[in-house]
Amino acid sequence: MSRGRYGIHGGQYISETLMNELIKLEKQYEFYKKDPEFNAELTKLLNEYAGRPSLLYYAEKMTKDLGGAKIYLKREDLNHTGSHKINNVLGQALMAKKMGKTRIIAETGAGQHGVATATAAALLGLECEIYMGKEDTDRQALNVYRMELLGAKVHSVTSGTMTLKDAVNETMREWSSRVDDTLYVLGSVMGPHPFPMIVRDFQSVISREAKQQILEKEGKLPAAVVACVGGGSNAMGMFYNFIEDKEVKLIGCEAAGRGIDTKETAATISTGRLGVFHGMKSYFCQDEDGQIAPVYSISAGLDYPGIGPEHAYLHDIGRAQYVPVTDDEAVDAFEYLARTEGIICAVESAHAVAHVRKIAGSMSKEDSIIVCLSGRGDKDVAAIARYRGVEIYE
Amino acid sequence: MSKIAKAFENKKAFIPFLTVGDPNGDKTVEFVLEMERAGADLVELGIPFSDPTAEGVVIQNANIRALSGGMKLSGVFEVVRKIREKTQIPLVFLTYLNPVFHYGYEAFFAKCRELGVDGMICPDLPYEERDEVADIAKKYDVDLIALIAPTSEERIQMIAKEASGYIYIVSSMGVTGVRSKITTDLGKIVSAIRQVTDVPCAIGFGISTPQQAKEMAEIADGAIVGSAIVKIIAQYGEKAAPHVYEYVKLMKEAL
Repeated sequence: MSRGRYGIHGGQYISETLMNELIKLEKQYEFYKKDPEFNAELTKLLNEYAGRPSLLYYAEKMTKDLGGAKIYLKREDLNHTGSHKINNVLGQALMAKKMGKTRIIAETGAGQHGVATATAAALLGLECEIYMGKEDTDRQALNVYRMELLGAKVHSVTSGTMTLKDAVNETMREWSSRVDDTLYVLGSVMGPHPFPMIVRDFQSVISREAKQQILEKEGKLPAAVVACVGGGSNAMGMFYNFIEDKEVKLIGCEAAGRGIDTKETAATISTGRLGVFHGMKSYFCQDEDGQIAPVYSISAGLDYPGIGPEHAYLHDIGRAQYVPVTDDEAVDAFEYLARTEGIICAVESAHAVAHVRKIAGSMSKEDSIIVCLSGRGDKDVAAIARYRGVEIYE
Repeated sequence: MSKIAKAFENKKAFIPFLTVGDPNGDKTVEFVLEMERAGADLVELGIPFSDPTAEGVVIQNANIRALSGGMKLSGVFEVVRKIREKTQIPLVFLTYLNPVFHYGYEAFFAKCRELGVDGMICPDLPYEERDEVADIAKKYDVDLIALIAPTSEERIQMIAKEASGYIYIVSSMGVTGVRSKITTDLGKIVSAIRQVTDVPCAIGFGISTPQQAKEMAEIADGAIVGSAIVKIIAQYGEKAAPHVYEYVKLMKEAL
């Protein structure tokens, strides 16, 4: 069996054209991971450019309102570019530069990863091209312009369902035509090995900080950590350093869209089946013939038919729990957090907030929950208004 | 001698590709028979998939046409059954792994043998993952067609040593589609392969003109043409048969 396995999941189901490049990437990564100079540079970028460490904020009003466990928000929304995506992008872009690549390419759903990649490219002097489904360039027009301001070229992808999965298809196609000077900066803990490992490692800074912060504030580990899951990068980052702490519940919130009993859903663990796609074995939403299903969520960032292989594994062994959250619940939570704490979070992150609203009240006041607030919600304001029947356009 | 080996016996093989169900199943049967009549030595049958990541726009669109026309895996098997009522030309499936995984490896390869499908090309199953199906494919006498790419370098011989049926040499970087020029040093790849195996080599990706096919067949044992044929089918739809025939005849004669 190939490298990069998480139980039965993961692997390298990718075209022969890309195999040598993936092998090289893994070797380079293993080198830089241990290279003090690389790590010093990356830490400097994370701290002085991206604004790390991110705050662990005690949401006192929300805690009182729900009447149970203390709720802490890990404020990845306060990072430069407005989401956790920058953690991984700075790592991969810096590595690209060290590897002598002059160009980076990436897929994006909501545009958060695209903006982060374009930002890192501008900073490090790399060429940058972003692939984004047409559905998403339409609903996230502001982010498209943002990427262009940063000097990136944005390709609107019109194949397939014109969303995140098609953006990934197109970026893979582009990478296979040009590997010499180009690195694919994959945005989530998915794709062929070594990407799920690399992205997880770069995102694990979230739980490394959160663990230290919660111990300082509470003197004990949280009862649960909660994060939204599309491909699963912020969740993997939030879970990673708590996996060994068996008393900490790990909860991933999938986008159920209009409900897991409808076809308009993106909840992979709830409705998907084991399969092989985008370079990995994992769970995927698919039909009875193994065709990848068109998925739906109000959140462009969670609108993906698969889930990263390590999440699939954590699900298999029962270490993490994955729960569906509908559009309605997410939008309610989006508004709730705005009114209660004065924080407008990304609609992706609002899926995690929604689940916390369901569970916090029945938990002990002695316990705490950490919610990963993976991104800020400025990008979603117009879409939420439209969801509520208010016609605002960006 | 296997049917695939016969396709390469004492001649250069011309290998056309089409997507099953484009524009419908009965037309696929007709096109394959026309291809054989025009001199095709082996036919690659693409099983339509929602997300063909190794394909360029031309074959992507053929996949969409086939799927939106209602082509299912059961329909693909039915097409093969009808082809086999008329001809014993070697047939090879080109499929992404997920439909096969979903159907079940054992059941899929058993079906291949039952229908007389001689091989399978899987663009998302590289050498490192071939163990997943290799033993099962062998058990049912289905050749797992290995792919070698311009970037394969030191992997070439490792892959070639395990190859059976034929070796699919990917001529160019990127995805399938017509190219005006092929710049990879294919002769070097073929001679590296020749050091470790006698399995025939066919070159595909980007070939559309008789001149290109001739050049490729001089370097290797055969030429594979997909997008150029799919383009003809896209253009003429249900009336494509005579055009497919003319094109395949022209290409075969150039070898």
